[in-house]
Amino acid sequence: MDSKLSKGLERTYIFCIFAFLYVPIAIIIMYSFNAAKSNVVFSGFTLDWYTKLFSDDDVITALVNSLTIATFSTAISAVIGTLGAIGLKRHNFKGKSVISLLVYIPIVIPEIIMGVSLLILFSTLQIDFGILTLVLAHTTFCTPFVLINVKSRLAGFDLSIEEAAMDLGASKFTVFRTITLPMIFPAVVSGAMLAFALSLDDIIINIFLSGPESTTLPIKIFSMLKFGLSPEINALCTIMLVTTFVVLILSQGIKLRREK
Amino acid sequence: MKNIKNNILKVLTVFPISFWMLFFVAIPLLYIVFISFMQRGDDGTIVYISTISNYTRMARPLYIKVFLDSIVVAFITTLCTLLFGYPFAYFATKIKKYKILIMLLIMAPFLTNSLIRTYGWIVILSTNGIINHALLITGIIKEPLKMLYSYGAVMIGMIYTMFPFMVLPLYNSIDKMDKAYIEAAKDLGASRWKTFRTVTVPLTMPGIVAGCILVFVPSVGLFFIPDLMGGSNVMLIGNLIENQFMEANDWPFGAALSIVMIFISLILILVYVKMVGKKLDAEVF
Repeated sequence: MDSKLSKGLERTYIFCIFAFLYVPIAIIIMYSFNAAKSNVVFSGFTLDWYTKLFSDDDVITALVNSLTIATFSTAISAVIGTLGAIGLKRHNFKGKSVISLLVYIPIVIPEIIMGVSLLILFSTLQIDFGILTLVLAHTTFCTPFVLINVKSRLAGFDLSIEEAAMDLGASKFTVFRTITLPMIFPAVVSGAMLAFALSLDDIIINIFLSGPESTTLPIKIFSMLKFGLSPEINALCTIMLVTTFVVLILSQGIKLRREK
Repeated sequence: MKNIKNNILKVLTVFPISFWMLFFVAIPLLYIVFISFMQRGDDGTIVYISTISNYTRMARPLYIKVFLDSIVVAFITTLCTLLFGYPFAYFATKIKKYKILIMLLIMAPFLTNSLIRTYGWIVILSTNGIINHALLITGIIKEPLKMLYSYGAVMIGMIYTMFPFMVLPLYNSIDKMDKAYIEAAKDLGASRWKTFRTVTVPLTMPGIVAGCILVFVPSVGLFFIPDLMGGSNVMLIGNLIENQFMEANDWPFGAALSIVMIFISLILILVYVKMVGKKLDAEVF
């Protein structure tokens, strides 16, 4: 086959798939600025739906809840995940293989199972469903992502630098503070950002574990959708999309810089 | 002294992760197993008398249909994402100039809320959505088509949502493949198709299997897509489980269904480990 022709066909195919992936997202963003209530005819530019959205107390509460949950679960999972990556890489202990296996479970089992199992746990312990249960649950599924990110960074780590520092009389803590931490820091940050994006976007866990006072943005969208389509949903979705994209671009930027 | 410090460091790094994973992953999962053998009380509480009726109940035709539907939907989703995703990933790895951009474009839907992405399709397919509007204006149809709330709509939603999960591992494994093997096969006179079948596919098998598992496992449990795009017409295992916990208040039966779902996932992961002999994360990240 003519190589130029086949190259053209390949590019066209890639373009079509990207269109398939991005057209629905583009439509949401476009119609969030549409003056008419319809999702078909574009009759002019407006920011009305955004002003309307921000005057809705429920939406503001949901936004604050989502950000609170994402911030706390990211912070906790960054600490536990980073320490855990070092621990699993450097130390031997009883049951290490069990813990290493357990770390993968939140990633590989269907999310609904995580939701169900934590629902049963929290209600058995009689913990009220709300921000706390969501932070605990989000931390559980975010930690493995941070841990794996940091662990893969540690794997490409030249141990002789640490040994050299110790030979020169540095204590283990000094070595950790001045060598290990700076080296893995980009991985910690990109893992944390991934965790933040995952927490902000989660829907399944939220449905199972949120209480009446802890509506999050995805839950808000879900319940709005059940009532039917409205331009406010477009605006709300656009805000979430933009947030996710910004977090993603930042985290990838950090990752790419560290790989250079 | 040095030994004590060493031990403090060990406890500090090992304890938090171990505690968290045991308490929030292992114990809840074991507890589900336990609950699945209990009975439901009349008021929706759990009665701690052991029974296997939660499992035998699944043999009813109603539930058999849900299981079969789920497996068929998950299978078609996996097949479609693989058939469309493989050429896409293959061609995409050839573009070196805009690699970072392509990677970002592939990653972004992976991390975007799947609810929002589903919503995009609801807007497109709805009775007064874009497709119907275009068809009505051009006079191809007289009455708007009812595209939502059908198996077809659920399939589109599933394929769309799961597509990035297939492409990411495929892209990574095709990108890592040593292209010298393909050159060698060509030099030895193999046709393009034969090279693809006997060299490229076996070399990228880890990515293919990883992608298939990453798509198949969650698509059995994505209850909100059948909920929003299938209306009450489509019921999958995920919907059934959600129903037991959120509406029917039959936790023991919901727990038993969850155990079945965990088993399906575990079997697939064992298949992966057997076939590829590597940990899943190597391909995904």
